[in-house]
Amino acid sequence: MIEIAFFSLSILAVIFAILVITAKNPVHSVLFLVMTFFSIAGHFVLLNAQFIAVVHVIVYAGAIMVLFLFVIMLMNLNKESEPAKPLWLKLSGVITSGLLLLVLTAVFRKTVDKTAHVLPNPDIGLVKNLGMTLFNDFLLPFELSAVLFLTAMVGAVFIGKVKAGN
Amino acid sequence: MGSISINYYLYLSSILFALGILGVLTRRNAIIILMSIELMLNAVNLLMVAFSAFMGDSSGQIFVFFIMLVAAAEVTVGLSIVVMIYKHNGSIDINLIDKMKW
Repeated sequence: MIEIAFFSLSILAVIFAILVITAKNPVHSVLFLVMTFFSIAGHFVLLNAQFIAVVHVIVYAGAIMVLFLFVIMLMNLNKESEPAKPLWLKLSGVITSGLLLLVLTAVFRKTVDKTAHVLPNPDIGLVKNLGMTLFNDFLLPFELSAVLFLTAMVGAVFIGKVKAGN
Repeated sequence: MGSISINYYLYLSSILFALGILGVLTRRNAIIILMSIELMLNAVNLLMVAFSAFMGDSSGQIFVFFIMLVAAAEVTVGLSIVVMIYKHNGSIDINLIDKMKW
């Protein structure tokens, strides 16, 4: 049962990821990426990481992808203005990433044991346990991430204010 | 729960990461390249959650949380740069951005 869920979610994620990088229309690309994020959120639920799954859907599908959509619609991009790379460059890109995939799978095949383990501590991904870890062990990084967000916001506003060609 | 071997998660994350690299290498639209970077980050996130769940250590999931924060900040700055490039060039083709080419 869980294997069926795992493999169907994996196939969906891979298919939608392929569609993201092959779709000609950028808006379609964004929508396929949202579907990929939903399948990855399903994987998180399968791994009993409910909090991460919910945050993933809210932050990625809800915030980041809406930002992408707004920017794409602001620019009025369509299929005719879509730039295309020459075929030999695409082919070399496919070969390069294929080689990377080959090396990664070869390494993983040799190193990690293939036996299926039962999750040792199933309620690790619940909000209570994650909150305890976050506010006990990772309090300083958590506060620093607020500074990071402030910096990113100031940077975005500043870049947006500069006049073009100046 | 957890009757899936961690090897399958390793393979799935490798495939997603390779697809993200493929998108960065083969597309010329700057927004699609940013989206491929998001795809790679998500492959790493999936693997991190898988290892965290299989090892019984919740630090990995906190790290995924921080990766999401950094990704959100990165997308904010990246998209504002892309908008400025569009205002400047009238296009977001990355081959037009060659002022710093050696």
